[in-house]
Amino acid sequence: MTTLLEPFQFEFFRNGLLVATLAGALCGLVGTFVVLKGMSYIGHGLSHAIFGGFAASALLGVNLFLGAGVWGFASALLIGGVTRRRRVIGSDAAIGVITTASFAIGLALIKVFGSRGKNADAYLFGNVLGVDRAQVVLVTLVLVLAVAAVFFGYRALLFSTFDPEVADVSGVRTARVDALLMLVLAATILATMNVLGVTLVAATLVIPPVVARMLTNSFGRMLALSTSIGTFSGFVGMVASYHLDIAPGPMIVLVGSGLFALVFVLTGLRGLGRAGGLEADLA
Amino acid sequence: MTSLVRLERVTCRYGAEPVLVDVDLDVSAGSFVGVVGPSGSGKTTLLRTIMGTVPPVAGAVRRRSGLRVAYVPQVETVNWNFPVTVSECVLMARTRGRRLPWASAAERAEVASVLDRLGIGEFAGRHIRELSGGQQQRVFVARALFRRPDLLLLDEPTSGVDVRTRHEILHLLNELNDGGLAILLTTHDLNGIAAHLPTLVCLNRSVIGAGSPRSVLTADVLERTYGARMDVLEHGGMPVVVEQYPFADNVVELRRPAS
Repeated sequence: MTTLLEPFQFEFFRNGLLVATLAGALCGLVGTFVVLKGMSYIGHGLSHAIFGGFAASALLGVNLFLGAGVWGFASALLIGGVTRRRRVIGSDAAIGVITTASFAIGLALIKVFGSRGKNADAYLFGNVLGVDRAQVVLVTLVLVLAVAAVFFGYRALLFSTFDPEVADVSGVRTARVDALLMLVLAATILATMNVLGVTLVAATLVIPPVVARMLTNSFGRMLALSTSIGTFSGFVGMVASYHLDIAPGPMIVLVGSGLFALVFVLTGLRGLGRAGGLEADLA
Repeated sequence: MTSLVRLERVTCRYGAEPVLVDVDLDVSAGSFVGVVGPSGSGKTTLLRTIMGTVPPVAGAVRRRSGLRVAYVPQVETVNWNFPVTVSECVLMARTRGRRLPWASAAERAEVASVLDRLGIGEFAGRHIRELSGGQQQRVFVARALFRRPDLLLLDEPTSGVDVRTRHEILHLLNELNDGGLAILLTTHDLNGIAAHLPTLVCLNRSVIGAGSPRSVLTADVLERTYGARMDVLEHGGMPVVVEQYPFADNVVELRRPAS
Protein backbone atom coordinates (compact mmCIF):
# COMPACT_ATOMS: atom_id res chain seq x y z
CA MET A 1 0.00 0.00 0.00
CA THR A 2 2.84 2.35 0.90
CA THR A 3 4.47 1.61 -2.44
CA LEU A 4 1.22 2.34 -4.23
CA LEU A 5 0.91 5.73 -2.53
CA GLU A 6 4.59 6.57 -2.90
CA PRO A 7 4.30 8.87 -5.98
CA PHE A 8 1.61 11.00 -4.31
CA GLN A 9 4.24 12.64 -2.08
CA PHE A 10 5.70 14.42 -5.13
CA GLU A 11 4.03 17.66 -6.24
CA PHE A 12 4.99 17.12 -9.89
CA PHE A 13 3.16 13.77 -9.77
CA ARG A 14 0.09 15.21 -8.07
CA ASN A 15 -0.12 17.96 -10.72
CA GLY A 16 0.41 15.42 -13.48
CA LEU A 17 -2.22 13.08 -12.05
CA LEU A 18 -4.76 15.88 -11.73
CA VAL A 19 -4.20 17.14 -15.25
CA ALA A 20 -4.19 13.63 -16.77
CA THR A 21 -7.47 12.77 -15.00
CA LEU A 22 -9.10 16.04 -16.09
CA ALA A 23 -7.77 15.58 -19.64
CA GLY A 24 -9.20 12.04 -19.73
CA ALA A 25 -12.62 13.29 -18.65
CA LEU A 26 -12.50 16.14 -21.17
CA CYS A 27 -11.52 13.89 -24.09
CA GLY A 28 -14.15 11.30 -23.11
CA LEU A 29 -16.87 13.95 -23.03
CA VAL A 30 -15.98 15.76 -26.26
CA GLY A 31 -14.99 12.53 -28.01
CA THR A 32 -18.57 11.23 -27.80
CA PHE A 33 -19.73 13.90 -30.26
CA VAL A 34 -16.62 13.52 -32.41
CA VAL A 35 -17.14 9.77 -32.83
CA LEU A 36 -20.91 9.96 -33.34
CA LYS A 37 -20.46 12.66 -36.00
CA GLY A 38 -18.16 10.27 -37.87
CA MET A 39 -15.12 12.51 -37.33
CA SER A 40 -12.86 10.16 -35.37
CA TYR A 41 -9.89 11.18 -37.47
CA ILE A 42 -10.30 14.87 -36.57
CA GLY A 43 -8.39 14.59 -33.29
CA HIS A 44 -5.37 13.20 -35.11
CA GLY A 45 -5.76 15.68 -37.95
CA LEU A 46 -6.22 18.77 -35.80
CA SER A 47 -3.25 17.97 -33.60
CA HIS A 48 -1.15 17.99 -36.79
CA ALA A 49 -2.93 21.05 -38.20
CA ILE A 50 -2.04 22.97 -35.06
CA PHE A 51 1.63 22.50 -35.99
CA GLY A 52 1.01 25.07 -38.75
CA GLY A 53 -0.24 27.43 -36.07
CA PHE A 54 2.90 26.93 -33.98
CA ALA A 55 5.14 27.72 -36.95
CA ALA A 56 3.13 30.80 -37.98
CA SER A 57 3.01 32.08 -34.37
CA ALA A 58 6.76 31.65 -33.99
CA LEU A 59 7.31 33.52 -37.23
CA LEU A 60 4.98 36.38 -36.27
CA GLY A 61 6.30 36.51 -32.73
CA VAL A 62 2.87 36.05 -31.12
CA ASN A 63 2.06 33.80 -28.17
CA LEU A 64 2.51 30.22 -29.39
CA PHE A 65 -0.40 28.86 -27.43
CA LEU A 66 -2.82 31.59 -28.53
CA GLY A 67 -1.69 31.44 -32.15
CA ALA A 68 -1.95 27.66 -32.29
CA GLY A 69 -5.38 27.82 -30.64
CA VAL A 70 -6.78 30.28 -33.18
CA TRP A 71 -5.20 28.27 -36.01
CA GLY A 72 -6.72 25.03 -34.68
CA PHE A 73 -10.17 26.56 -34.29
CA ALA A 74 -9.98 28.03 -37.82
CA SER A 75 -8.97 24.61 -39.20
CA ALA A 76 -11.86 22.93 -37.35
CA LEU A 77 -14.34 25.51 -38.65
CA LEU A 78 -12.99 25.08 -42.17
CA ILE A 79 -13.48 21.30 -41.96
CA GLY A 80 -17.04 21.77 -40.72
CA GLY A 81 -17.73 24.40 -43.38
CA VAL A 82 -16.39 22.31 -46.26
CA THR A 83 -18.40 19.28 -45.13
CA ARG A 84 -21.61 21.27 -44.72
CA ARG A 85 -21.40 23.25 -47.97
CA ARG A 86 -20.16 20.59 -50.33
CA ARG A 87 -21.98 17.46 -49.35
CA VAL A 88 -20.02 15.44 -51.91
CA ILE A 89 -16.96 15.87 -49.69
CA GLY A 90 -17.15 13.61 -46.64
CA SER A 91 -15.85 14.79 -43.27
CA ASP A 92 -12.96 12.28 -43.43
CA ALA A 93 -11.80 13.70 -46.77
CA ALA A 94 -12.18 17.31 -45.58
CA ILE A 95 -10.12 16.48 -42.47
CA GLY A 96 -7.46 14.83 -44.63
CA VAL A 97 -7.13 17.80 -47.00
CA ILE A 98 -7.25 20.67 -44.51
CA THR A 99 -5.15 19.24 -41.70
CA THR A 100 -2.36 17.90 -43.92
CA ALA A 101 -2.28 21.22 -45.82
CA SER A 102 -1.98 23.01 -42.49
CA PHE A 103 0.80 20.66 -41.36
CA ALA A 104 2.60 21.24 -44.67
CA ILE A 105 2.33 25.02 -44.21
CA GLY A 106 4.02 24.61 -40.82
CA LEU A 107 6.86 22.56 -42.30
CA ALA A 108 7.33 25.02 -45.18
CA LEU A 109 7.39 28.04 -42.84
CA ILE A 110 10.01 26.42 -40.61
CA LYS A 111 12.09 25.42 -43.62
CA VAL A 112 12.02 28.93 -45.11
CA PHE A 113 12.17 31.09 -41.97
CA GLY A 114 13.48 28.69 -39.32
CA SER A 115 11.75 28.10 -36.01
CA ARG A 116 12.97 31.45 -34.60
CA GLY A 117 14.35 29.71 -31.56
CA LYS A 118 10.98 28.27 -30.51
CA ASN A 119 10.95 24.60 -29.75
CA ALA A 120 7.69 23.21 -31.11
CA ASP A 121 8.53 19.73 -29.81
CA ALA A 122 7.61 20.75 -26.28
CA TYR A 123 4.11 21.65 -27.48
CA LEU A 124 3.75 18.80 -29.93
CA PHE A 125 4.85 15.92 -27.74
CA GLY A 126 4.25 17.34 -24.28
CA ASN A 127 5.28 16.08 -20.88
CA VAL A 128 2.61 15.43 -18.31
CA LEU A 129 5.10 15.25 -15.46
CA GLY A 130 6.36 18.71 -16.33
CA VAL A 131 2.99 20.48 -16.18
CA ASP A 132 2.73 23.58 -14.03
CA ARG A 133 -0.19 25.19 -12.24
CA ALA A 134 -1.06 27.28 -15.32
CA GLN A 135 -1.57 24.14 -17.38
CA VAL A 136 -3.73 22.58 -14.67
CA VAL A 137 -5.86 25.73 -14.67
CA LEU A 138 -6.06 25.69 -18.50
CA VAL A 139 -7.28 22.07 -18.68
CA THR A 140 -9.75 22.80 -15.84
CA LEU A 141 -11.11 25.87 -17.66
CA VAL A 142 -11.55 23.97 -20.93
CA LEU A 143 -13.30 21.15 -19.05
CA VAL A 144 -15.66 23.65 -17.42
CA LEU A 145 -16.32 25.19 -20.86
CA ALA A 146 -17.03 21.75 -22.38
CA VAL A 147 -19.30 20.67 -19.51
CA ALA A 148 -21.21 23.97 -19.69
CA ALA A 149 -21.60 23.65 -23.49
CA VAL A 150 -22.89 20.08 -23.20
CA PHE A 151 -25.08 20.82 -20.18
CA PHE A 152 -26.84 23.86 -21.62
CA GLY A 153 -26.81 22.75 -25.24
CA TYR A 154 -27.52 19.06 -24.62
CA ARG A 155 -30.65 18.66 -26.73
CA ALA A 156 -29.43 20.88 -29.56
CA LEU A 157 -26.12 18.98 -29.66
CA LEU A 158 -27.88 15.62 -29.60
CA PHE A 159 -30.41 16.65 -32.26
CA SER A 160 -27.83 18.15 -34.62
CA THR A 161 -25.48 15.17 -34.18
CA PHE A 162 -28.21 12.57 -34.77
CA ASP A 163 -30.34 14.27 -37.41
CA PRO A 164 -28.87 17.58 -38.62
CA GLU A 165 -31.39 18.18 -41.41
CA VAL A 166 -34.45 17.81 -39.18
CA ALA A 167 -32.72 19.70 -36.37
CA ASP A 168 -32.21 22.56 -38.80
CA VAL A 169 -35.91 22.77 -39.66
CA SER A 170 -36.86 22.33 -36.01
CA GLY A 171 -35.29 25.58 -34.91
CA VAL A 172 -31.81 24.34 -33.99
CA ARG A 173 -29.12 26.62 -35.40
CA THR A 174 -26.98 23.72 -36.49
CA ALA A 175 -24.22 25.91 -37.97
CA ARG A 176 -23.78 27.60 -34.58
CA VAL A 177 -23.95 24.29 -32.72
CA ASP A 178 -21.27 22.84 -35.01
CA ALA A 179 -19.09 25.93 -34.55
CA LEU A 180 -19.43 25.62 -30.76
CA LEU A 181 -18.45 21.96 -30.93
CA MET A 182 -15.43 22.78 -33.11
CA LEU A 183 -14.38 25.52 -30.69
CA VAL A 184 -14.58 23.11 -27.74
CA LEU A 185 -12.74 20.44 -29.75
CA ALA A 186 -9.90 22.76 -30.76
CA ALA A 187 -9.58 23.97 -27.15
CA THR A 188 -9.59 20.36 -25.94
CA ILE A 189 -6.81 19.30 -28.30
CA LEU A 190 -4.73 22.35 -27.53
CA ALA A 191 -5.12 21.96 -23.76
CA THR A 192 -4.44 18.21 -23.70
CA MET A 193 -1.62 18.04 -26.24
CA ASN A 194 0.90 19.05 -23.59
CA VAL A 195 -0.29 16.18 -21.46
CA LEU A 196 -0.67 13.38 -23.96
CA GLY A 197 1.28 14.28 -27.08
CA VAL A 198 -0.18 14.82 -30.56
CA THR A 199 -0.57 11.26 -31.68
CA LEU A 200 -2.19 10.13 -28.46
CA VAL A 201 -4.81 12.88 -28.22
CA ALA A 202 -6.71 11.20 -31.05
CA ALA A 203 -6.78 7.90 -29.14
CA THR A 204 -8.14 9.49 -25.97
CA LEU A 205 -10.88 11.18 -28.01
CA VAL A 206 -11.95 7.95 -29.69
CA ILE A 207 -11.37 5.00 -27.32
CA PRO A 208 -13.64 6.04 -24.39
CA PRO A 209 -16.74 6.69 -26.55
CA VAL A 210 -16.22 3.47 -28.51
CA VAL A 211 -16.00 1.47 -25.27
CA ALA A 212 -19.07 3.30 -23.93
CA ARG A 213 -21.00 2.58 -27.14
CA MET A 214 -20.42 -1.14 -26.64
CA LEU A 215 -22.01 -0.87 -23.21
CA THR A 216 -25.16 1.12 -23.93
CA ASN A 217 -27.76 2.06 -26.53
CA SER A 218 -28.66 5.33 -24.79
CA PHE A 219 -27.02 8.62 -25.75
CA GLY A 220 -27.20 10.05 -22.22
CA ARG A 221 -25.61 6.94 -20.70
CA MET A 222 -22.96 6.83 -23.44
CA LEU A 223 -21.96 10.41 -22.67
CA ALA A 224 -21.68 9.67 -18.93
CA LEU A 225 -19.87 6.36 -19.49
CA SER A 226 -17.41 7.83 -21.98
CA THR A 227 -16.52 10.65 -19.58
CA SER A 228 -16.09 8.15 -16.74
CA ILE A 229 -13.94 5.82 -18.86
CA GLY A 230 -11.75 8.74 -19.93
CA THR A 231 -11.37 9.84 -16.30
CA PHE A 232 -10.54 6.30 -15.19
CA SER A 233 -8.00 5.84 -17.99
CA GLY A 234 -6.28 9.13 -17.15
CA PHE A 235 -6.03 8.35 -13.43
CA VAL A 236 -5.06 4.68 -13.66
CA GLY A 237 -2.75 5.27 -16.63
CA MET A 238 -0.88 7.97 -14.76
CA VAL A 239 -0.43 5.86 -11.60
CA ALA A 240 0.57 2.80 -13.65
CA SER A 241 3.08 4.86 -15.64
CA TYR A 242 4.97 5.68 -12.43
CA HIS A 243 5.10 2.10 -11.19
CA LEU A 244 5.82 0.49 -14.56
CA ASP A 245 8.20 3.26 -15.65
CA ILE A 246 6.40 3.79 -18.94
CA ALA A 247 5.67 7.28 -20.35
CA PRO A 248 2.27 8.57 -19.09
CA GLY A 249 0.74 9.31 -22.53
CA PRO A 250 1.13 5.78 -23.92
CA MET A 251 0.12 4.27 -20.55
CA ILE A 252 -3.16 6.25 -20.49
CA VAL A 253 -3.94 5.04 -24.02
CA LEU A 254 -2.96 1.46 -23.07
CA VAL A 255 -5.41 1.51 -20.13
CA GLY A 256 -8.17 2.68 -22.49
CA SER A 257 -7.23 0.01 -25.03
CA GLY A 258 -7.24 -2.62 -22.26
CA LEU A 259 -10.76 -1.55 -21.28
CA PHE A 260 -11.79 -1.80 -24.92
CA ALA A 261 -10.45 -5.37 -25.11
CA LEU A 262 -12.11 -6.31 -21.81
CA VAL A 263 -15.52 -4.90 -22.77
CA PHE A 264 -15.17 -6.38 -26.25
CA VAL A 265 -14.76 -9.86 -24.77
CA LEU A 266 -17.32 -9.47 -21.97
CA THR A 267 -20.10 -8.06 -24.15
CA GLY A 268 -19.33 -10.52 -26.94
CA LEU A 269 -21.08 -10.16 -30.23
CA ARG A 270 -23.70 -7.77 -28.84
CA GLY A 271 -21.12 -5.09 -28.13
CA LEU A 272 -19.24 -5.91 -31.31
CA GLY A 273 -22.42 -5.34 -33.28
CA ARG A 274 -22.86 -1.87 -31.77
CA ALA A 275 -19.25 -0.83 -32.27
CA GLY A 276 -19.25 -2.40 -35.73
CA GLY A 277 -22.22 -0.24 -36.64
CA LEU A 278 -20.34 2.75 -35.32
CA GLU A 279 -17.34 1.96 -37.46
CA ALA A 280 -19.57 1.41 -40.45
CA ASP A 281 -20.87 4.94 -39.93
CA LEU A 282 -17.38 6.28 -39.77
CA ALA A 283 -16.29 4.58 -42.97
CA MET B 1 -60.55 27.47 -43.93
CA THR B 2 -57.52 29.37 -42.62
CA SER B 3 -54.48 29.16 -44.85
CA LEU B 4 -51.38 27.85 -43.06
CA VAL B 5 -48.93 28.06 -45.96
CA ARG B 6 -49.45 29.53 -49.40
CA LEU B 7 -46.95 29.20 -52.25
CA GLU B 8 -47.43 31.82 -54.96
CA ARG B 9 -45.69 31.20 -58.29
CA VAL B 10 -42.70 29.76 -56.46
CA THR B 11 -39.58 28.85 -58.44
CA CYS B 12 -36.61 27.10 -56.78
CA ARG B 13 -33.25 26.21 -58.27
CA TYR B 14 -30.23 24.14 -57.26
CA GLY B 15 -27.54 25.98 -59.22
CA ALA B 16 -28.82 26.67 -62.69
CA GLU B 17 -31.20 23.72 -62.65
CA PRO B 18 -34.83 24.66 -61.84
CA VAL B 19 -36.45 22.16 -59.48
CA LEU B 20 -39.76 23.90 -58.94
CA VAL B 21 -41.28 26.25 -61.51
CA ASP B 22 -44.22 28.61 -60.85
CA VAL B 23 -45.73 26.41 -58.16
CA ASP B 24 -48.99 27.56 -56.57
CA LEU B 25 -50.15 25.65 -53.51
CA ASP B 26 -52.36 26.41 -50.54
CA VAL B 27 -52.26 24.25 -47.41
CA SER B 28 -55.11 25.14 -45.09
CA ALA B 29 -55.79 24.25 -41.46
CA GLY B 30 -57.07 20.68 -41.06
CA SER B 31 -56.23 19.68 -44.63
CA PHE B 32 -54.64 16.38 -45.63
CA VAL B 33 -52.66 16.71 -48.84
CA GLY B 34 -50.64 14.13 -50.74
CA VAL B 35 -47.98 15.10 -53.28
CA VAL B 36 -47.14 12.57 -55.97
CA GLY B 37 -44.69 12.69 -58.83
CA PRO B 38 -41.74 10.84 -60.31
CA SER B 39 -38.29 10.81 -58.71
CA GLY B 40 -36.64 14.20 -59.17
CA SER B 41 -39.97 15.97 -59.65
CA GLY B 42 -39.30 18.35 -56.74
CA LYS B 43 -41.39 16.72 -53.98
CA THR B 44 -38.72 16.94 -51.28
CA THR B 45 -37.75 20.45 -52.44
CA LEU B 46 -41.41 21.43 -52.06
CA LEU B 47 -41.32 20.25 -48.43
CA ARG B 48 -38.07 22.14 -47.83
CA THR B 49 -39.52 25.28 -49.38
CA ILE B 50 -42.53 25.06 -47.08
CA MET B 51 -40.16 24.58 -44.10
CA GLY B 52 -38.04 27.53 -45.23
CA THR B 53 -34.76 25.71 -45.75
CA VAL B 54 -34.82 26.19 -49.54
CA PRO B 55 -35.62 29.81 -50.36
CA PRO B 56 -37.41 30.47 -53.66
CA VAL B 57 -35.60 32.43 -56.36
CA ALA B 58 -38.95 33.78 -57.54
CA GLY B 59 -42.45 33.92 -56.10
CA ALA B 60 -43.43 34.03 -52.43
CA VAL B 61 -44.06 31.62 -49.57
CA ARG B 62 -46.56 33.04 -47.09
CA ARG B 63 -46.82 31.32 -43.72
CA ARG B 64 -49.40 32.06 -41.08
CA SER B 65 -47.83 34.06 -38.27
CA GLY B 66 -46.48 31.75 -35.53
CA LEU B 67 -46.97 28.64 -37.66
CA ARG B 68 -45.34 25.54 -36.16
CA VAL B 69 -44.18 23.00 -38.73
CA ALA B 70 -42.80 19.57 -37.88
CA TYR B 71 -41.04 17.27 -40.30
CA VAL B 72 -40.78 13.49 -40.46
CA PRO B 73 -37.85 12.43 -42.69
CA GLN B 74 -37.63 9.29 -44.78
CA VAL B 75 -36.66 6.43 -42.47
CA GLU B 76 -33.97 5.42 -44.98
CA THR B 77 -32.05 8.56 -44.01
CA VAL B 78 -32.01 7.68 -40.28
CA ASN B 79 -28.74 6.48 -38.72
CA TRP B 80 -30.04 3.35 -36.98
CA ASN B 81 -26.72 2.71 -35.21
CA PHE B 82 -26.87 6.00 -33.34
CA PRO B 83 -27.24 5.35 -29.59
CA VAL B 84 -30.67 6.81 -28.90
CA THR B 85 -33.70 5.36 -27.15
CA VAL B 86 -37.28 6.05 -28.19
CA SER B 87 -37.86 8.56 -25.38
CA GLU B 88 -34.52 10.33 -26.05
CA CYS B 89 -35.45 10.58 -29.72
CA VAL B 90 -38.77 12.26 -28.90
CA LEU B 91 -37.31 14.55 -26.23
CA MET B 92 -34.57 15.97 -28.46
CA ALA B 93 -37.24 17.82 -30.45
CA ARG B 94 -37.95 20.19 -27.53
CA THR B 95 -34.97 22.50 -27.89
CA ARG B 96 -36.67 25.71 -26.83
CA GLY B 97 -37.39 26.67 -23.25
CA ARG B 98 -35.89 24.11 -20.89
CA ARG B 99 -32.14 23.83 -21.44
CA LEU B 100 -31.26 21.12 -18.94
CA PRO B 101 -30.28 17.69 -20.29
CA TRP B 102 -32.86 15.72 -18.35
CA ALA B 103 -36.62 15.94 -18.89
CA SER B 104 -38.90 17.68 -16.42
CA ALA B 105 -41.77 15.71 -14.85
CA ALA B 106 -44.18 17.52 -17.19
CA GLU B 107 -42.05 16.62 -20.23
CA ARG B 108 -41.81 12.98 -19.17
CA ALA B 109 -45.61 12.85 -18.84
CA GLU B 110 -45.99 14.50 -22.25
CA VAL B 111 -43.58 12.05 -23.90
CA ALA B 112 -45.45 9.13 -22.31
CA SER B 113 -48.75 10.60 -23.50
CA VAL B 114 -47.53 11.04 -27.11
CA LEU B 115 -46.02 7.53 -27.20
CA ASP B 116 -49.18 5.99 -25.72
CA ARG B 117 -51.30 7.87 -28.25
CA LEU B 118 -49.25 6.31 -31.05
CA GLY B 119 -49.30 2.85 -29.43
CA ILE B 120 -45.58 2.65 -28.67
CA GLY B 121 -45.59 3.64 -24.99
CA GLU B 122 -44.13 0.31 -23.90
CA PHE B 123 -41.02 0.86 -26.05
CA ALA B 124 -39.90 4.17 -24.47
CA GLY B 125 -36.63 2.70 -23.16
CA ARG B 126 -35.81 0.65 -26.26
CA HIS B 127 -33.20 1.50 -28.87
CA ILE B 128 -34.84 2.74 -32.09
CA ARG B 129 -33.33 -0.10 -34.12
CA GLU B 130 -35.09 -2.70 -31.98
CA LEU B 131 -38.55 -1.75 -33.31
CA SER B 132 -40.52 -2.89 -36.35
CA GLY B 133 -40.79 -0.66 -39.44
CA GLY B 134 -44.20 0.72 -38.46
CA GLN B 135 -43.09 1.35 -34.88
CA GLN B 136 -39.95 3.14 -36.12
CA GLN B 137 -42.06 5.42 -38.29
CA ARG B 138 -44.27 6.13 -35.26
CA VAL B 139 -41.23 7.18 -33.23
CA PHE B 140 -40.43 9.92 -35.73
CA VAL B 141 -44.07 10.96 -35.93
CA ALA B 142 -44.02 11.13 -32.10
CA ARG B 143 -40.91 13.33 -32.22
CA ALA B 144 -42.70 15.63 -34.67
CA LEU B 145 -45.90 15.73 -32.56
CA PHE B 146 -43.84 16.58 -29.46
CA ARG B 147 -43.23 19.96 -31.11
CA ARG B 148 -47.03 20.50 -31.02
CA PRO B 149 -47.17 21.42 -34.72
CA ASP B 150 -49.96 23.02 -36.73
CA LEU B 151 -48.67 21.36 -39.89
CA LEU B 152 -47.01 17.94 -40.16
CA LEU B 153 -44.82 17.26 -43.20
CA LEU B 154 -43.83 13.68 -44.03
CA ASP B 155 -41.37 12.63 -46.74
CA GLU B 156 -42.30 9.21 -48.15
CA PRO B 157 -43.71 7.86 -44.86
CA THR B 158 -44.53 4.47 -46.38
CA SER B 159 -41.38 3.98 -48.40
CA GLY B 160 -40.03 0.45 -48.03
CA VAL B 161 -42.71 -0.82 -45.62
CA ASP B 162 -45.03 -3.78 -46.03
CA VAL B 163 -48.78 -3.56 -46.71
CA ARG B 164 -49.82 -3.98 -43.08
CA THR B 165 -47.41 -1.27 -41.89
CA ARG B 166 -48.62 1.02 -44.65
CA HIS B 167 -52.21 0.55 -43.43
CA GLU B 168 -51.11 1.27 -39.86
CA ILE B 169 -49.37 4.48 -40.89
CA LEU B 170 -52.27 5.68 -43.04
CA HIS B 171 -54.71 4.90 -40.21
CA LEU B 172 -52.53 6.80 -37.73
CA LEU B 173 -52.27 9.84 -40.02
CA ASN B 174 -56.04 9.81 -40.58
CA GLU B 175 -56.58 9.84 -36.82
CA LEU B 176 -54.18 12.76 -36.39
CA ASN B 177 -55.90 14.64 -39.20
CA ASP B 178 -59.32 13.95 -37.66
CA GLY B 179 -57.92 15.58 -34.51
CA GLY B 180 -57.36 18.78 -36.48
CA LEU B 181 -53.70 18.44 -37.51
CA ALA B 182 -52.93 19.57 -41.06
CA ILE B 183 -50.80 17.03 -42.94
CA LEU B 184 -48.86 17.17 -46.17
CA LEU B 185 -46.97 14.10 -47.32
CA THR B 186 -45.10 12.96 -50.39
CA THR B 187 -45.55 9.47 -51.74
CA HIS B 188 -44.83 7.23 -54.70
CA ASP B 189 -47.70 4.95 -53.74
CA LEU B 190 -50.62 5.96 -55.95
CA ASN B 191 -53.04 3.20 -54.97
CA GLY B 192 -52.03 2.41 -51.40
CA ILE B 193 -51.78 6.00 -50.14
CA ALA B 194 -52.55 8.74 -52.66
CA ALA B 195 -55.97 7.43 -53.72
CA HIS B 196 -57.09 7.41 -50.06
CA LEU B 197 -56.27 11.06 -49.32
CA PRO B 198 -58.80 13.90 -49.55
CA THR B 199 -56.52 16.12 -51.66
CA LEU B 200 -53.83 15.22 -54.14
CA VAL B 201 -51.22 17.28 -55.98
CA CYS B 202 -49.47 15.87 -59.04
CA LEU B 203 -46.07 17.49 -59.31
CA ASN B 204 -43.39 17.43 -61.94
CA ARG B 205 -41.44 20.62 -61.32
CA SER B 206 -44.75 22.45 -61.66
CA VAL B 207 -48.22 21.48 -60.50
CA ILE B 208 -49.83 19.32 -63.19
CA GLY B 209 -53.08 18.72 -61.31
CA ALA B 210 -54.58 19.34 -57.88
CA GLY B 211 -57.84 18.28 -56.29
CA SER B 212 -59.59 15.14 -55.13
CA PRO B 213 -58.03 11.80 -56.18
CA ARG B 214 -60.99 11.16 -58.47
CA SER B 215 -60.39 14.44 -60.34
CA VAL B 216 -56.58 14.17 -60.41
CA LEU B 217 -55.91 10.50 -60.99
CA THR B 218 -56.76 10.50 -64.67
CA ALA B 219 -54.80 8.96 -67.52
CA ASP B 220 -54.09 12.40 -68.98
CA VAL B 221 -52.79 14.00 -65.75
CA LEU B 222 -50.74 10.91 -64.87
CA GLU B 223 -49.13 10.79 -68.30
CA ARG B 224 -48.21 14.46 -68.06
CA THR B 225 -46.85 13.91 -64.56
CA TYR B 226 -44.92 10.68 -65.07
CA GLY B 227 -44.35 10.70 -68.82
CA ALA B 228 -45.77 7.18 -69.01
CA ARG B 229 -49.14 5.76 -69.97
CA MET B 230 -51.30 4.50 -67.11
CA ASP B 231 -54.86 3.22 -67.06
CA VAL B 232 -57.22 4.33 -64.33
CA LEU B 233 -59.90 1.84 -63.31
CA GLU B 234 -62.48 2.09 -60.57
CA HIS B 235 -62.79 -0.32 -57.68
CA GLY B 236 -65.16 0.14 -54.74
CA GLY B 237 -65.78 3.74 -55.80
CA MET B 238 -62.07 4.58 -55.76
CA PRO B 239 -59.65 5.14 -58.64
CA VAL B 240 -57.09 2.40 -59.18
CA VAL B 241 -54.04 3.19 -61.28
CA VAL B 242 -52.72 0.39 -63.48
CA GLU B 243 -49.33 0.78 -65.06
CA GLN B 244 -48.87 -0.17 -68.70
CA TYR B 245 -45.71 -2.12 -69.41
CA PRO B 246 -44.79 -1.59 -73.08
CA PHE B 247 -42.49 -4.64 -72.98
CA ALA B 248 -44.82 -6.86 -70.96
CA ASP B 249 -45.04 -9.50 -73.72
CA ASN B 250 -41.27 -9.81 -73.82
CA VAL B 251 -41.14 -10.24 -70.04
CA VAL B 252 -43.73 -13.04 -70.22
CA GLU B 253 -41.75 -14.61 -73.03
CA LEU B 254 -38.53 -14.53 -71.03
CA ARG B 255 -40.18 -16.06 -67.97
CA ARG B 256 -41.88 -18.87 -69.92
CA PRO B 257 -40.06 -22.09 -69.17
CA ALA B 258 -38.24 -23.59 -72.10
CA SER B 259 -40.16 -26.49 -73.62
